[in-house]
Amino acid sequence: MKIVVPVKRVIDFNVRVRVKPDQTGVEFANVKMSMNPFDEIAVEEAVRLKEAGKADEVIAVSVGVKKAEDTLRTALAMGADKAILIEATDDVETDIEPLAVAKLLKAVVEAEDAGLVICGKQAIDNDVNGTGQMLAALLGWSQGTFANTLKVEDGKAEVTREVDGGLQIVSVKLPAVITTDLRLNEPRYASLPNIMKAKKKPLEVKSASDFGVDVTPRLSVVSVNEPPARKAGVIVGSPAELADKLKNEAGVL
Amino acid sequence: MDTPERESMDYDVVIVGAGPAGLSAAIRLKQLGGDDLSVCVLEKGAEVGAHILSGAVLDPSGLDALIPDWREKGAPITTEVKEDKFLVLSEKGKMGLPTFLMPPLMSNHGAYIVSMGNVCRWLAEQAEALGVEIFPGMAASALVMGEDGGLKGVVAGEFGLSKDGTPGPNYEPGINLIGKYVLIGEGARGSLAKQLIANFGLAADSDPQKFGLGIKEIWRVKPENHHPGRVVHTMGWPLNTGDAGGGGFLYHAENNEVYVGLVVHLDYKNPYVSPYQEMQRYKHHPEIAKVLEGGERVAYGARTIAQGGWQALPKVIFPGGALIGCSAGLVNVPRIKGNHNAMHSGMAAAEAVTEAIKAGRSGDELAVYAQKLADGPVGRDLKPVRNVKPLWSRFGEIAGVALAGFDMWCANLFKFNPFGTLHHLKNDAQSTGKAADYKKIDYPKPDGVLSFDRSTNVAFSGTNHDEDEPTHLKLTDPLIPIAVNLPEYDEPAQRYCPAGVYEVIEGEDGKPRFQINGQNCVHCKACDIKDPSQNITWTVPQGGSGPTYPNM
Amino acid sequence: MAVLVFAEHDGKVLSEAVAKTVTAATQMGGPVHVLISGTGAGDVAGEAAAIAGVEKVLTAEDAGYDHALAEPLGDLIVGLAGDYDHIVLAASTTGKNVGPRVAALLDVMIVADIIGVESADTFVRPIYAGNAIQTVKSSDAKKVVTVRTTAFEAAGEQAAVGIESHGATAAGGLSEWLDDRFAQSERPELTSARIVVSGGRALGSADNFKLVEQLADKLGAAIGASRAAVDAGYAPNDWQVGQTGKIVAPDLYIAVGISGAIQHLAGMTGSKVIVAIDKDEEAPIFKVADYGLVADLFEAVPALIEALDD
Repeated sequence: MKIVVPVKRVIDFNVRVRVKPDQTGVEFANVKMSMNPFDEIAVEEAVRLKEAGKADEVIAVSVGVKKAEDTLRTALAMGADKAILIEATDDVETDIEPLAVAKLLKAVVEAEDAGLVICGKQAIDNDVNGTGQMLAALLGWSQGTFANTLKVEDGKAEVTREVDGGLQIVSVKLPAVITTDLRLNEPRYASLPNIMKAKKKPLEVKSASDFGVDVTPRLSVVSVNEPPARKAGVIVGSPAELADKLKNEAGVL
Repeated sequence: MDTPERESMDYDVVIVGAGPAGLSAAIRLKQLGGDDLSVCVLEKGAEVGAHILSGAVLDPSGLDALIPDWREKGAPITTEVKEDKFLVLSEKGKMGLPTFLMPPLMSNHGAYIVSMGNVCRWLAEQAEALGVEIFPGMAASALVMGEDGGLKGVVAGEFGLSKDGTPGPNYEPGINLIGKYVLIGEGARGSLAKQLIANFGLAADSDPQKFGLGIKEIWRVKPENHHPGRVVHTMGWPLNTGDAGGGGFLYHAENNEVYVGLVVHLDYKNPYVSPYQEMQRYKHHPEIAKVLEGGERVAYGARTIAQGGWQALPKVIFPGGALIGCSAGLVNVPRIKGNHNAMHSGMAAAEAVTEAIKAGRSGDELAVYAQKLADGPVGRDLKPVRNVKPLWSRFGEIAGVALAGFDMWCANLFKFNPFGTLHHLKNDAQSTGKAADYKKIDYPKPDGVLSFDRSTNVAFSGTNHDEDEPTHLKLTDPLIPIAVNLPEYDEPAQRYCPAGVYEVIEGEDGKPRFQINGQNCVHCKACDIKDPSQNITWTVPQGGSGPTYPNM
Repeated sequence: MAVLVFAEHDGKVLSEAVAKTVTAATQMGGPVHVLISGTGAGDVAGEAAAIAGVEKVLTAEDAGYDHALAEPLGDLIVGLAGDYDHIVLAASTTGKNVGPRVAALLDVMIVADIIGVESADTFVRPIYAGNAIQTVKSSDAKKVVTVRTTAFEAAGEQAAVGIESHGATAAGGLSEWLDDRFAQSERPELTSARIVVSGGRALGSADNFKLVEQLADKLGAAIGASRAAVDAGYAPNDWQVGQTGKIVAPDLYIAVGISGAIQHLAGMTGSKVIVAIDKDEEAPIFKVADYGLVADLFEAVPALIEALDD
């Protein structure tokens, strides 16, 4: 079985994101970029499945700018076998929408005849949390989202899902799309020898038009703003008053 | 812990540190040796430039020598210095030093205001295009010594140690990178350079190295307050109270950004000095505040600078390698510049290495490099200004600097220094006085507009360390901070650290406890330098951690 | 054309999120129809019918829709989509699971996790973990939207409207529900929990962190910690909330003995309601707290646990 793992190049999670003064987006100039942390977890999970003999090949796929090759090399250094870059823009600030990404991934999955896709549950830039679900829909596959445990056995995947208020355990029929939550695993470090080896692993570069997919965005960004500053609220006099406010005023209990 | 089994990998040249020195060395090696020379560069920052912090006004002489067509190649060096001001500040006022009084050795004519981090990013691209292998996020954590006692290589890329120092579940032992020569370009107070200086006695014949702590913020200012190409250097307030020496800078870069910073000499005596707080109140001076007002602080960082100059330069060569850039200490103090010398030193080392390898040598001393450093542009730059810092230290901010100016004018006009060579007497740790002999300094509270508390600013450095890794700040004796430093010096680590790494807090038993918040560390190395008990050793944490400076 | 709101329930009561989702839906246009699926849909339909602004309630009471599995639910909603301009779900784990699936099946882009409705096609949503706010305009003919319900007030009540049974049956086969674990011992994941109780260094010891755990147990909350508490060894690493740890944006964030260093604030200021309990009234955390209690936490927290019982 082949596993496809989509990986996205995003602003590193340690970087303080700044909104551009003209409100068209956020600052990208000289900002450190990294693999989306949920995607690292996805790569790790796929590589572990391969190491456990449950998969034959792990294919990392990225959709974006040429520089996303770096992200793919990281995936290769973590243990992916080959990588495909679909160049869909030459501008780092252009975010390819999950719907278009899902269409491109569908084409890759079909071309590679993959049996499983493991994606990060969301990218920490646009926070959409949609690509995996959209891909499953387009393929007509089952989906196991927000996984914190994944067991692959007998043509099925048992997925423990992080849901509101607790966990839900489902069994999904393969082929399927799994999306990863934080507790699924602790991704390995890309070691120096593996980084060197990764430089020699195959990395194909394609374009969106190779797959006949229209990546024109459906959503246009009107503006991007700083979040409103929080204001101090009230100081309460006692724990009893606090409990009362929480129950009767705040509307959160 | 037993030394884990490690793979080895051979290169002709291994370079530690992708700063201006290391990258210049790498580029020059490939220019001279082409495909015949294999060169790798290790960088502990998550990417090239992530740990680079510099003013910076760049004297392009180094780059002119390295890549003469840098302008055509799109180097991010575009803001030429147009205005050069030197102000002596009092608390509310200022006195401009007329340009004709400025010693020519201090001129910024023909220089550029740059983000050195971005220059290094660009240099890395040039190096990679020539075939240099650059490994960002890979820290060189230990020396690999040969049986003959020379330096053979370094350990790089060890990851995943647990808090207690034992291998964690994702442990990667790293590998030994072995080179015919190893060039150490870690910047000021490099952790490997420190070991090499000690092991080989490289500083036996030089003065103690002196350091300054540079604290820098990037501000985006209102367009009407922005004058690209304007360079302002200041002396005096807030460092005119006799507690500490140093000076400030305000550079108008591109994109409505200004770089504002303060360099505090770490030989200050009053242990109550807080370089961080000095920097915060500096911004409230009317001359600085008028530029920043209505603007927004977008980045923060700090880094120590080797300021000892020519007399403090250790022997830069040893069997198997050399110190380059600020690992040796090549800053020209009155010019407040070192990047050009870092680049010159990298090139000089590369030329010596190429010559040696072509002659079939390896692992020996690169005497040609030491010679080139002394006789070449670096020596010519540093020798005439060698007395500035000692005069400053001895006679203080006003008299010392006036004498230094006189010394530089003599060097310029008559090619001699009237004071001969003045020596640094003590290292910075030894300079620290006892708390009992000094008064506490009552710093103003940050206003949250121009000045900020330390932890707020640290968040603007993008600093991170893996929560699970062992602290990289090692105490030789864990008892000293509370038993010695607290009573005698009021534990100055609480104040000299610009990232709030060190705290004295009340422990569970009600007694004071020394807390190390290693995750905050911005890799400036001030603790390694200034701890009066010399009890803190800065070691390199796992690669990719530390700050992620964007345009520093 | 109308707006379809997908309603969640547990078989007995309607989710509180529905009334808030309806508020968002009415801002997109109207009239609003509410879809309730699975076993017990008929029992809770009356509740939905009485939410102000709802014109009609549809029920699809097939057991195949139980446990909100995305595949059958997606098909159900897509089957109804022809009659609607907008399909609106709460940005719960269910809504996030199903919404994008529906959108892709309709060949439209999901508009996820909105916190504001500017017009029928223009929405406001947080990006970069709330560090920036984006306004987007959709050019799709149909809009599939998930709503961060904490950003909207619950709609009021009305005289109940009509309830219609929709006779769809779920096609099974793709996925199968095995189990739910909602016991208290299964603490919710920190970054997606609805309530987070965090402790700081003022707790003074790992042992004292039990106080935080007790309060969290009381509220079914995830536990967080400040970096200082983690560095001091009072709490494990994976509890750390903050810039370099985890970003959380729960409905309720209770900070116990946390002064509020900016890394911590950056990690939690996206929370809907922030409560701070600390004895230092100067602590920065009070500048962002909706409710502050200046008190000794060792007295205040047990008293709060007790008061929450009443």
